[in-house]
Amino acid sequence: MADEVILLNFCPSVFGMRIRIALAEKGIEYEYREEDLKNKSPLLLKMNPVHKKIPVLIHNGKPVCESLIAVEYIDEVWKEKAPILPSDPYQRAQARFWADYVDKKVYAAARNVWATKGEEQEAAKKEFIEILKVLEGELGDKPYFGGETFGLTDISLIGYYCWFYAYETFGNFSIESECPKLIAWAKRCMEKESVSKSLADPHTVYDFVLGVKKRLGLE
Amino acid sequence: MAEEVKLFGALESPFSCRVVIALKMKGVQYEYIEEDLPHKSPLLLKYNPVHKKIPVLLHNGKPICESLVILEYIDETWKGTPIFPQDPSDRATARFWAQFLEQKCLPTLWKACCWKGEGQEKAKEEAYELMKMLDNELEGKRFFGGDTIGLVDIVGNFIGFWYGIVQEITGVELWTKEKFPRLCEWIDEFVKCTIVKENLPPREKLLAYFRTRLRGAAASK
Repeated sequence: MADEVILLNFCPSVFGMRIRIALAEKGIEYEYREEDLKNKSPLLLKMNPVHKKIPVLIHNGKPVCESLIAVEYIDEVWKEKAPILPSDPYQRAQARFWADYVDKKVYAAARNVWATKGEEQEAAKKEFIEILKVLEGELGDKPYFGGETFGLTDISLIGYYCWFYAYETFGNFSIESECPKLIAWAKRCMEKESVSKSLADPHTVYDFVLGVKKRLGLE
Repeated sequence: MAEEVKLFGALESPFSCRVVIALKMKGVQYEYIEEDLPHKSPLLLKYNPVHKKIPVLLHNGKPICESLVILEYIDETWKGTPIFPQDPSDRATARFWAQFLEQKCLPTLWKACCWKGEGQEKAKEEAYELMKMLDNELEGKRFFGGDTIGLVDIVGNFIGFWYGIVQEITGVELWTKEKFPRLCEWIDEFVKCTIVKENLPPREKLLAYFRTRLRGAAASK
Protein backbone atom coordinates (compact mmCIF):
# COMPACT_ATOMS: atom_id res chain seq x y z
CA MET A 1 0.00 0.00 0.00
CA ALA A 2 1.41 3.40 -0.93
CA ASP A 3 2.22 5.72 1.94
CA GLU A 4 0.25 8.92 2.23
CA VAL A 5 2.35 11.69 3.68
CA ILE A 6 1.11 15.24 4.18
CA LEU A 7 2.96 18.16 5.76
CA LEU A 8 0.98 21.08 7.17
CA ASN A 9 3.39 23.99 7.31
CA PHE A 10 4.01 27.72 7.14
CA CYS A 11 6.86 28.62 4.81
CA PRO A 12 9.06 30.79 7.11
CA SER A 13 8.85 28.31 10.02
CA VAL A 14 12.26 26.92 11.04
CA PHE A 15 10.40 24.00 12.61
CA GLY A 16 8.66 23.12 9.34
CA MET A 17 12.01 23.27 7.56
CA ARG A 18 13.34 20.51 9.82
CA ILE A 19 10.63 18.13 8.65
CA ARG A 20 11.04 19.16 5.02
CA ILE A 21 14.78 18.44 5.23
CA ALA A 22 14.20 15.03 6.84
CA LEU A 23 11.62 14.06 4.21
CA ALA A 24 13.96 15.20 1.42
CA GLU A 25 16.92 13.33 2.93
CA LYS A 26 14.88 10.13 2.84
CA GLY A 27 13.47 10.83 -0.63
CA ILE A 28 9.89 10.63 0.64
CA GLU A 29 7.13 11.96 -1.60
CA TYR A 30 4.59 14.05 0.23
CA GLU A 31 1.85 16.60 -0.20
CA TYR A 32 2.81 20.05 1.06
CA ARG A 33 0.03 22.27 2.40
CA GLU A 34 0.70 25.86 3.35
CA GLU A 35 -1.40 27.06 6.29
CA ASP A 36 -2.74 30.56 6.73
CA LEU A 37 -1.96 31.04 10.44
CA LYS A 38 -4.66 33.71 10.78
CA ASN A 39 -7.19 31.24 9.48
CA LYS A 40 -6.08 27.73 10.48
CA SER A 41 -7.58 24.85 8.52
CA PRO A 42 -10.00 22.41 10.16
CA LEU A 43 -7.48 19.67 9.34
CA LEU A 44 -4.72 21.41 11.30
CA LEU A 45 -7.00 21.95 14.31
CA LYS A 46 -8.12 18.32 14.15
CA MET A 47 -4.59 16.91 13.76
CA ASN A 48 -3.03 19.12 16.45
CA PRO A 49 -5.81 19.87 18.93
CA VAL A 50 -3.40 20.36 21.84
CA HIS A 51 -1.16 23.07 20.40
CA LYS A 52 -3.03 24.03 17.18
CA LYS A 53 0.35 24.73 15.57
CA ILE A 54 2.33 23.86 12.50
CA PRO A 55 4.24 21.88 11.48
CA VAL A 56 2.22 18.67 11.53
CA LEU A 57 3.29 15.55 9.69
CA ILE A 58 0.37 13.32 8.75
CA HIS A 59 1.35 9.73 7.83
CA ASN A 60 -1.47 7.52 6.57
CA GLY A 61 -3.97 9.70 8.43
CA LYS A 62 -2.10 9.74 11.76
CA PRO A 63 -0.60 13.03 12.95
CA VAL A 64 2.88 13.52 14.36
CA CYS A 65 3.31 16.90 16.04
CA GLU A 66 6.42 18.75 17.22
CA SER A 67 9.22 19.02 14.67
CA LEU A 68 12.03 17.06 16.35
CA ILE A 69 9.60 14.28 17.29
CA ALA A 70 8.51 14.15 13.63
CA VAL A 71 12.15 14.01 12.45
CA GLU A 72 12.86 11.05 14.77
CA TYR A 73 9.65 9.40 13.58
CA ILE A 74 10.73 9.80 9.94
CA ASP A 75 14.12 8.30 10.80
CA GLU A 76 12.49 5.30 12.52
CA VAL A 77 9.91 4.57 9.82
CA TRP A 78 12.12 5.09 6.76
CA LYS A 79 15.23 3.56 8.24
CA GLU A 80 16.88 2.09 5.13
CA LYS A 81 18.11 5.37 3.65
CA ALA A 82 20.16 8.33 4.90
CA PRO A 83 20.12 7.79 8.69
CA ILE A 84 19.49 10.99 10.61
CA LEU A 85 20.50 9.64 14.02
CA PRO A 86 23.65 7.57 14.54
CA SER A 87 23.31 3.93 15.62
CA ASP A 88 25.45 4.17 18.77
CA PRO A 89 23.33 5.06 21.86
CA TYR A 90 25.91 7.50 23.25
CA GLN A 91 26.21 9.34 19.92
CA ARG A 92 22.41 9.41 19.73
CA ALA A 93 22.28 10.95 23.20
CA GLN A 94 24.74 13.65 22.14
CA ALA A 95 22.69 14.42 19.01
CA ARG A 96 19.49 14.67 21.07
CA PHE A 97 21.20 16.80 23.74
CA TRP A 98 22.36 19.38 21.19
CA ALA A 99 19.06 19.40 19.28
CA ASP A 100 17.41 20.04 22.66
CA TYR A 101 19.92 22.84 23.34
CA VAL A 102 18.98 24.48 20.03
CA ASP A 103 15.31 24.25 20.97
CA LYS A 104 15.78 25.58 24.48
CA LYS A 105 18.01 28.50 23.56
CA VAL A 106 18.01 29.69 19.95
CA TYR A 107 14.38 30.61 19.22
CA ALA A 108 13.79 32.84 22.23
CA ALA A 109 17.19 34.56 21.95
CA ALA A 110 16.74 35.16 18.22
CA ARG A 111 13.25 36.56 18.69
CA ASN A 112 14.57 39.08 21.18
CA VAL A 113 17.06 40.29 18.56
CA TRP A 114 14.40 41.38 16.09
CA ALA A 115 11.62 42.21 18.53
CA THR A 116 13.46 44.71 20.74
CA LYS A 117 15.25 48.05 20.44
CA GLY A 118 18.02 50.02 22.08
CA GLU A 119 19.69 48.60 25.18
CA GLU A 120 17.38 45.60 25.28
CA GLN A 121 18.37 44.73 21.73
CA GLU A 122 22.08 45.08 22.49
CA ALA A 123 21.69 42.62 25.37
CA ALA A 124 19.67 40.30 23.12
CA LYS A 125 22.35 40.35 20.41
CA LYS A 126 25.03 39.54 22.98
CA GLU A 127 23.03 36.58 24.34
CA PHE A 128 22.25 35.31 20.84
CA ILE A 129 25.91 35.39 19.78
CA GLU A 130 26.95 33.65 23.01
CA ILE A 131 24.55 30.81 22.24
CA LEU A 132 25.84 30.54 18.66
CA LYS A 133 29.41 30.47 20.00
CA VAL A 134 28.56 27.54 22.28
CA LEU A 135 27.22 25.71 19.23
CA GLU A 136 30.29 26.70 17.24
CA GLY A 137 32.43 25.27 20.03
CA GLU A 138 30.56 21.99 19.89
CA LEU A 139 30.94 21.85 16.11
CA GLY A 140 34.71 22.33 16.39
CA ASP A 141 36.51 21.26 13.25
CA LYS A 142 33.94 18.66 12.26
CA PRO A 143 32.09 19.12 8.96
CA TYR A 144 28.75 18.52 10.70
CA PHE A 145 27.65 18.39 14.32
CA GLY A 146 27.45 14.60 14.21
CA GLY A 147 30.87 14.28 12.56
CA GLU A 148 31.22 13.21 8.95
CA THR A 149 27.52 12.93 8.27
CA PHE A 150 24.67 15.44 8.36
CA GLY A 151 22.29 14.55 11.17
CA LEU A 152 19.76 15.54 13.80
CA THR A 153 21.60 18.47 15.35
CA ASP A 154 22.37 19.96 11.94
CA ILE A 155 18.71 19.59 10.97
CA SER A 156 17.58 21.22 14.22
CA LEU A 157 19.70 24.33 13.63
CA ILE A 158 20.10 24.94 9.88
CA GLY A 159 16.61 26.41 9.34
CA TYR A 160 17.65 29.46 11.38
CA TYR A 161 20.29 30.25 8.71
CA CYS A 162 17.66 31.70 6.37
CA TRP A 163 16.56 33.96 9.24
CA PHE A 164 20.09 35.34 9.77
CA TYR A 165 19.62 38.04 7.13
CA ALA A 166 16.57 39.34 9.02
CA TYR A 167 18.38 39.20 12.41
CA GLU A 168 21.43 40.99 10.98
CA THR A 169 19.38 43.68 9.27
CA PHE A 170 17.09 44.41 12.21
CA GLY A 171 19.92 44.03 14.70
CA ASN A 172 22.51 45.86 12.61
CA PHE A 173 25.28 43.32 13.15
CA SER A 174 27.15 40.57 11.34
CA ILE A 175 26.80 37.01 12.54
CA GLU A 176 29.61 35.83 10.24
CA SER A 177 32.13 38.19 11.81
CA GLU A 178 31.35 36.69 15.24
CA CYS A 179 30.86 33.05 14.23
CA PRO A 180 32.71 32.37 10.96
CA LYS A 181 32.94 28.60 11.53
CA LEU A 182 29.20 28.36 12.05
CA ILE A 183 28.54 30.26 8.82
CA ALA A 184 30.97 27.95 7.00
CA TRP A 185 29.01 25.00 8.41
CA ALA A 186 25.73 26.55 7.24
CA LYS A 187 27.07 27.06 3.71
CA ARG A 188 28.27 23.46 3.69
CA CYS A 189 24.75 22.32 4.66
CA MET A 190 23.25 24.52 1.94
CA GLU A 191 25.24 22.53 -0.66
CA LYS A 192 22.91 19.65 0.10
CA GLU A 193 19.80 19.73 -2.05
CA SER A 194 17.63 18.55 0.85
CA VAL A 195 18.59 21.73 2.70
CA SER A 196 18.68 24.30 -0.10
CA LYS A 197 15.23 23.23 -1.30
CA SER A 198 13.75 23.27 2.21
CA LEU A 199 14.91 26.62 3.52
CA ALA A 200 12.88 29.74 2.80
CA ASP A 201 14.35 32.64 0.87
CA PRO A 202 15.98 35.07 3.35
CA HIS A 203 14.18 38.04 1.78
CA THR A 204 10.82 36.29 2.18
CA VAL A 205 11.69 35.76 5.84
CA TYR A 206 12.73 39.40 6.22
CA ASP A 207 9.43 40.60 4.74
CA PHE A 208 7.54 38.25 7.05
CA VAL A 209 9.36 39.55 10.14
CA LEU A 210 8.78 43.13 9.01
CA GLY A 211 5.08 42.35 8.74
CA VAL A 212 5.02 40.86 12.24
CA LYS A 213 6.88 43.86 13.68
CA LYS A 214 4.37 46.24 12.09
CA ARG A 215 1.43 44.21 13.34
CA LEU A 216 2.80 44.10 16.87
CA GLY A 217 3.82 47.77 16.81
CA LEU A 218 7.48 46.86 17.24
CA GLU A 219 9.11 49.12 14.66
CA MET B 1 34.90 -5.33 31.39
CA ALA B 2 32.73 -4.35 34.34
CA GLU B 3 30.24 -1.64 33.62
CA GLU B 4 30.44 1.57 35.61
CA VAL B 5 27.25 3.58 36.02
CA LYS B 6 26.98 6.69 38.18
CA LEU B 7 24.12 9.11 38.67
CA PHE B 8 24.60 12.66 39.92
CA GLY B 9 21.25 13.65 41.35
CA ALA B 10 19.38 15.48 44.08
CA LEU B 11 16.77 13.96 46.35
CA GLU B 12 14.32 16.83 45.92
CA SER B 13 14.50 16.83 42.12
CA PRO B 14 11.77 15.12 40.07
CA PHE B 15 14.20 15.11 37.11
CA SER B 16 16.72 13.11 39.11
CA CYS B 17 13.95 10.76 40.34
CA ARG B 18 12.92 9.96 36.75
CA VAL B 19 16.37 8.57 36.05
CA VAL B 20 16.38 6.54 39.29
CA ILE B 21 13.03 4.95 38.33
CA ALA B 22 14.30 4.15 34.82
CA LEU B 23 17.54 2.57 36.09
CA LYS B 24 15.60 0.49 38.64
CA MET B 25 13.13 -0.62 35.94
CA LYS B 26 16.07 -1.99 33.97
CA GLY B 27 17.75 -3.49 37.02
CA VAL B 28 20.93 -1.48 36.42
CA GLN B 29 23.48 -1.36 39.27
CA TYR B 30 24.71 2.17 39.77
CA GLU B 31 26.44 4.48 42.21
CA TYR B 32 24.33 7.43 43.33
CA ILE B 33 26.01 10.73 44.11
CA GLU B 34 23.84 13.27 45.91
CA GLU B 35 24.62 16.83 44.86
CA ASP B 36 24.13 19.75 47.24
CA LEU B 37 22.57 22.04 44.66
CA PRO B 38 23.61 25.41 46.08
CA HIS B 39 27.19 24.05 46.09
CA LYS B 40 27.62 22.02 42.94
CA SER B 41 30.62 19.72 42.83
CA PRO B 42 33.52 20.32 40.40
CA LEU B 43 32.76 16.89 38.91
CA LEU B 44 29.18 17.88 38.07
CA LEU B 45 30.35 21.10 36.45
CA LYS B 46 32.92 19.09 34.50
CA TYR B 47 30.35 16.57 33.24
CA ASN B 48 27.63 19.14 32.45
CA PRO B 49 29.46 22.33 31.51
CA VAL B 50 26.61 23.55 29.28
CA HIS B 51 23.70 23.53 31.76
CA LYS B 52 25.53 22.82 35.05
CA LYS B 53 22.54 20.83 36.29
CA ILE B 54 21.55 17.44 37.61
CA PRO B 55 20.74 14.76 36.69
CA VAL B 56 23.85 13.57 34.89
CA LEU B 57 24.28 9.90 34.08
CA LEU B 58 27.85 8.73 33.73
CA HIS B 59 28.25 5.46 31.83
CA ASN B 60 31.79 4.11 31.67
CA GLY B 61 33.08 7.63 32.14
CA LYS B 62 30.87 9.25 29.47
CA PRO B 63 28.28 11.80 30.62
CA ILE B 64 24.70 12.04 29.40
CA CYS B 65 22.69 15.13 30.44
CA GLU B 66 19.02 16.22 30.37
CA SER B 67 16.57 13.77 31.93
CA LEU B 68 14.56 13.07 28.75
CA VAL B 69 17.77 12.40 26.79
CA ILE B 70 18.94 10.13 29.62
CA LEU B 71 15.68 8.16 29.58
CA GLU B 72 16.07 7.50 25.84
CA TYR B 73 19.69 6.43 26.42
CA ILE B 74 18.74 4.05 29.25
CA ASP B 75 16.02 2.42 27.15
CA GLU B 76 18.38 1.97 24.19
CA THR B 77 21.32 0.70 26.23
CA TRP B 78 19.74 -1.78 28.62
CA LYS B 79 17.24 -4.50 27.70
CA GLY B 80 14.50 -5.57 30.08
CA THR B 81 11.37 -3.65 31.00
CA PRO B 82 10.72 -1.22 28.12
CA ILE B 83 10.29 2.47 28.91
CA PHE B 84 9.31 3.53 25.38
CA PRO B 85 6.71 1.80 23.18
CA GLN B 86 7.96 -0.25 20.21
CA ASP B 87 5.83 1.09 17.39
CA PRO B 88 7.16 4.36 15.84
CA SER B 89 3.76 6.05 15.93
CA ASP B 90 3.27 5.15 19.61
CA ARG B 91 6.82 6.32 20.34
CA ALA B 92 6.07 9.67 18.71
CA THR B 93 2.90 9.97 20.80
CA ALA B 94 4.77 9.13 24.01
CA ARG B 95 7.49 11.69 23.20
CA PHE B 96 4.75 14.25 22.44
CA TRP B 97 3.12 13.87 25.86
CA ALA B 98 6.49 13.82 27.62
CA GLN B 99 7.33 17.12 25.94
CA PHE B 100 3.87 18.49 26.77
CA LEU B 101 4.39 17.68 30.44
CA GLU B 102 7.88 19.13 30.47
CA GLN B 103 7.42 22.29 28.41
CA LYS B 104 3.81 23.26 29.16
CA CYS B 105 2.66 21.67 32.39
CA LEU B 106 5.76 22.16 34.52
CA PRO B 107 6.11 25.96 34.18
CA THR B 108 2.35 26.55 34.26
CA LEU B 109 1.79 24.51 37.42
CA TRP B 110 4.55 26.43 39.18
CA LYS B 111 3.00 29.78 38.27
CA ALA B 112 -0.48 28.56 39.19
CA CYS B 113 0.64 27.47 42.64
CA CYS B 114 3.35 29.94 43.53
CA TRP B 115 2.76 33.27 41.83
CA LYS B 116 0.41 35.89 43.23
CA GLY B 117 -2.22 38.17 41.71
CA GLU B 118 -3.44 38.35 38.12
CA GLY B 119 -0.60 36.23 36.76
CA GLN B 120 -1.59 33.42 39.09
CA GLU B 121 -5.25 33.49 38.06
CA LYS B 122 -4.32 33.33 34.39
CA ALA B 123 -1.90 30.47 35.09
CA LYS B 124 -4.61 28.57 37.00
CA GLU B 125 -6.97 28.82 34.01
CA GLU B 126 -4.23 27.55 31.74
CA ALA B 127 -3.40 24.76 34.20
CA TYR B 128 -7.02 23.55 34.18
CA GLU B 129 -6.91 23.35 30.38
CA LEU B 130 -3.69 21.35 30.46
CA MET B 131 -5.01 18.98 33.16
CA LYS B 132 -8.13 18.41 31.06
CA MET B 133 -5.96 17.32 28.13
CA LEU B 134 -4.07 14.88 30.36
CA ASP B 135 -7.33 13.61 31.82
CA ASN B 136 -8.68 12.94 28.30
CA GLU B 137 -5.47 11.17 27.30
CA LEU B 138 -5.93 8.72 30.18
CA GLU B 139 -9.32 7.51 28.94
CA GLY B 140 -9.52 3.73 29.10
CA LYS B 141 -5.99 3.47 30.51
CA ARG B 142 -4.58 2.73 33.94
CA PHE B 143 -1.33 4.52 33.13
CA PHE B 144 -0.28 6.78 30.25
CA GLY B 145 1.82 3.81 29.14
CA GLY B 146 -1.20 1.46 29.22
CA ASP B 147 -1.25 -1.38 31.76
CA THR B 148 2.20 -0.58 33.08
CA ILE B 149 4.14 2.63 33.55
CA GLY B 150 6.15 4.04 30.67
CA LEU B 151 7.88 7.19 29.57
CA VAL B 152 4.97 9.58 30.06
CA ASP B 153 4.17 8.30 33.56
CA ILE B 154 7.82 8.66 34.58
CA VAL B 155 8.06 12.18 33.15
CA GLY B 156 4.75 13.06 34.83
CA ASN B 157 6.19 12.25 38.25
CA PHE B 158 6.03 15.89 39.28
CA ILE B 159 2.25 15.78 38.92
CA GLY B 160 2.09 12.36 40.52
CA PHE B 161 3.94 13.37 43.65
CA TRP B 162 5.73 16.71 43.79
CA TYR B 163 2.78 18.93 43.07
CA GLY B 164 0.59 17.24 45.66
CA ILE B 165 3.10 18.55 48.19
CA VAL B 166 3.42 22.01 46.60
CA GLN B 167 -0.37 22.35 46.64
CA GLU B 168 -0.51 21.30 50.28
CA ILE B 169 1.90 24.08 51.20
CA THR B 170 0.44 26.82 49.00
CA GLY B 171 -3.21 25.90 49.60
CA VAL B 172 -3.87 25.92 45.84
CA GLU B 173 -5.98 23.01 44.61
CA LEU B 174 -5.52 22.41 40.89
CA TRP B 175 -7.09 18.98 40.59
CA THR B 176 -10.04 17.32 42.24
CA LYS B 177 -11.77 14.00 41.57
CA GLU B 178 -14.78 15.92 40.28
CA LYS B 179 -12.86 18.00 37.76
CA PHE B 180 -10.28 15.46 36.56
CA PRO B 181 -11.33 11.98 37.69
CA ARG B 182 -8.94 10.00 35.49
CA LEU B 183 -5.96 12.16 36.38
CA CYS B 184 -6.64 11.77 40.10
CA GLU B 185 -6.98 8.01 39.69
CA TRP B 186 -3.69 7.97 37.80
CA ILE B 187 -2.01 9.87 40.64
CA ASP B 188 -3.25 7.23 43.12
CA GLU B 189 -2.05 4.37 40.90
CA PHE B 190 1.26 6.07 40.19
CA VAL B 191 2.35 6.52 43.79
CA LYS B 192 1.16 2.99 44.69
CA CYS B 193 3.17 1.40 41.89
CA THR B 194 6.09 -0.47 43.50
CA ILE B 195 8.91 0.84 41.35
CA VAL B 196 7.73 4.40 41.96
CA LYS B 197 6.85 4.04 45.65
CA GLU B 198 10.28 2.62 46.49
CA ASN B 199 12.11 5.46 44.76
CA LEU B 200 10.25 8.62 45.68
CA PRO B 201 11.95 10.98 48.12
CA PRO B 202 10.56 10.97 51.69
CA ARG B 203 7.50 13.19 51.95
CA GLU B 204 8.83 15.07 54.97
CA LYS B 205 12.03 16.01 53.17
CA LEU B 206 10.11 17.38 50.19
CA LEU B 207 7.74 19.31 52.45
CA ALA B 208 10.69 20.91 54.22
CA TYR B 209 12.47 21.66 50.95
CA PHE B 210 9.46 23.39 49.37
CA ARG B 211 8.56 25.28 52.52
CA THR B 212 12.02 26.84 52.49
CA ARG B 213 12.00 27.47 48.77
CA LEU B 214 8.55 29.04 48.71
CA ARG B 215 9.32 31.18 51.72
CA GLY B 216 12.38 32.43 49.90
CA ALA B 217 10.36 33.11 46.73
CA ALA B 218 7.67 34.95 48.69
CA ALA B 219 10.25 37.03 50.50
CA SER B 220 11.87 38.12 47.26
CA LYS B 221 8.58 39.30 45.64
